[in-house]
Amino acid sequence: MPQLRMTGRGLWITVLIVPPLAFVALFIVYPIFSAFAYAFFDWQGLRRGDFIGMENFHAVLFVEPYRSWTLNAFKNNVVVFFALMVLQNGLGFLLAYALWRELPGARFHRIAVFLPVVLSTIIVAYLFKLFLHPLFGVVNISLRGLGLGELAQPWLGQSNTALWSLIVAQAWHMVGFPTLVFLAGMQRIPGEILDAVRMETESEWVKITKIVWPLVAPSATIVFTLLFVGAFNWFELPYIMAGLDGSPFGSTDVLGLYFYRTAFGNVSSGQQNFGLGSALAVLIFIFIALVATVITVRLRAREIQL
Amino acid sequence: MKTNIIRIGSALAAVLVAAPALAQDLTFWSWRQEDRAAYEQFIETFEAANPGITVNFETFEATNYNTILSTALAGGTGPDVMMVRAYGGLENVASAGYLEPLSTETIPALADFSEASLAAESMRSDDTIYAVPFASQTQLVIYNKALFDANGIAEPQSWEELEAASQTLLDAGIIPFANGTATAWQNETVTFGLGSSLMGKDFYDELMAGTADFTDERFTSALGEIAELAATYFPDGFIGLDYASAQQLFGSGMAGMFVGGSYELATFRSMNPDIELGVFAAPGAAAEDEKLVGLYFDGGYAANAAGANKEAALTFLNYLAGQEFGQAFADTLSNISTVPGVTFQDPLLAEVNELKQSSIPYLMLAHFRYGEPSGSVLIQSEMQKLFAGETTPEAIGEALTTGLAAWYEPFKN
Repeated sequence: MPQLRMTGRGLWITVLIVPPLAFVALFIVYPIFSAFAYAFFDWQGLRRGDFIGMENFHAVLFVEPYRSWTLNAFKNNVVVFFALMVLQNGLGFLLAYALWRELPGARFHRIAVFLPVVLSTIIVAYLFKLFLHPLFGVVNISLRGLGLGELAQPWLGQSNTALWSLIVAQAWHMVGFPTLVFLAGMQRIPGEILDAVRMETESEWVKITKIVWPLVAPSATIVFTLLFVGAFNWFELPYIMAGLDGSPFGSTDVLGLYFYRTAFGNVSSGQQNFGLGSALAVLIFIFIALVATVITVRLRAREIQL
Repeated sequence: MKTNIIRIGSALAAVLVAAPALAQDLTFWSWRQEDRAAYEQFIETFEAANPGITVNFETFEATNYNTILSTALAGGTGPDVMMVRAYGGLENVASAGYLEPLSTETIPALADFSEASLAAESMRSDDTIYAVPFASQTQLVIYNKALFDANGIAEPQSWEELEAASQTLLDAGIIPFANGTATAWQNETVTFGLGSSLMGKDFYDELMAGTADFTDERFTSALGEIAELAATYFPDGFIGLDYASAQQLFGSGMAGMFVGGSYELATFRSMNPDIELGVFAAPGAAAEDEKLVGLYFDGGYAANAAGANKEAALTFLNYLAGQEFGQAFADTLSNISTVPGVTFQDPLLAEVNELKQSSIPYLMLAHFRYGEPSGSVLIQSEMQKLFAGETTPEAIGEALTTGLAAWYEPFKN
């Protein structure tokens, strides 16, 4: 009898595991490996040519004009990552703390803060494009109305304001996510610990730095890692707000846009190069995977088990 | 009676059984979603004249069209007949061997097409035509006739008159030019829509002959003039103004002029049916300088080399290269058909057709989109820098020449 039950169980496990495994293999593992393979060939348009080893990788990293394009896009991604770390995760932590402390209106704000996250990126991007319109945008009109007309600018047309405009739009869009994760982390802090702190001090600052921050470390690990992956895969918002070329003159170019342009071409350059595109995709993938692993391992180490 | 019914019945049955074997289904891909109704009309005409061939028209989003098409062709699921781009965009698809080579033997009407239009749909490496060109586009200045008349402005004959006309509009509280340059490709349009006459035919010829490059004074001074005009007469903050907003400014009658392609005419008319439009070629420095527009070809109709119904596809291409289609295309879609002998009832189209008789090719698209970095990518970002005051015309000349030297033989030295 046990023999039969075992085979029955084994059968069940097989039936349950094989479909998702096949799905993952077909739609995730296979594309990743084929992109790896594509990167080692010379492509004319979409026709695969000869095996050329590492040449595509060499080209995107060391040969002009690709070298400066790659560096420029990478530099912008780094700026985006650090800026969002402060604007999105930093603000998210403070918002979460305020919500956790149940300041007046916390119930309303909990929903208000999370609402933009639910909106589609396309809507957010279009909204901000309208807000930042040089002639009719609410930002410039408000500035003029306040008598600060000289501060009104073509936000998306200047190299020193374009990327920051996108960053602010992104932070507004997604700040609710880290807020929610941090809030969940804070709500898991046991009441005894908080009571014990209250015996020692009334300082909010001490509470935040010595108790709350260390105890929400698991939440921080999650939002930091996800932000890192998101910042280096950033595509939709810059694509809609600045276009495929990272207008103006590459100041909003990020690796996602650059990869898309290189692999698939765009209407105004007409070039498609799957080889270089795949090489870029592989490099981005490896970079994200490595750094995300390091971040996760390092941050895990400082998490405290309650 | 009964036997008749049986006879008719069996005849019908025979037709139904035989029909799928006789009928040839063609799929026809396009990026012109906005022209669907017109194309369905053209197809109906074709099907009526060619019983047994049916054409299914399918459209895709324009900016991703090349990607979708190339992917489908590579995967063996491409259409029988398709719209393809011109120049470098055509080569991307044609060089992979997906397109059926065409000749005057398979498509006799091609013999009368202009050389420039056929060159746009040929590959440079084998000098073979791969598509029937469908439309030419002309880069020029479109203006609002009512606003020009109300302010007593005539079509400017020299650069000075263009500036004077802009000033008159500005004084009347009207935005002279609607254009914005936040959308990258608009920079190229503005540059050659305004600058072709300033650069001149001699510069173009010498550039092609390899005796001049982009550091040439005729080219750089044209860029300087354009930047100066834009700084004063384009909308406030035009460097942050995107393409769609610029179109709206002109379409709504808030601006007097729009530098753009002849493809904008239909857009403005559908935006504002009451608008009265005029066109002129942006003038050169002096009134006697030849007025040139930038001319290019949009794309063509090609057949799939691996298609199952190649014969029917060629029949359809012959229809698309014919006078009847060309005329219908020009009449319904308000576009300049490349089919020779087409006449334009619309006076505006007739004028565009007239203006395009003296032209230079839309430079970067026609000649400098065959390698990386493409001339288009370079001029677009460099002009954005110039408009933002972060470079000079001379530096742009340098940047273009050295940038293109990466793959453009005549600049390598």
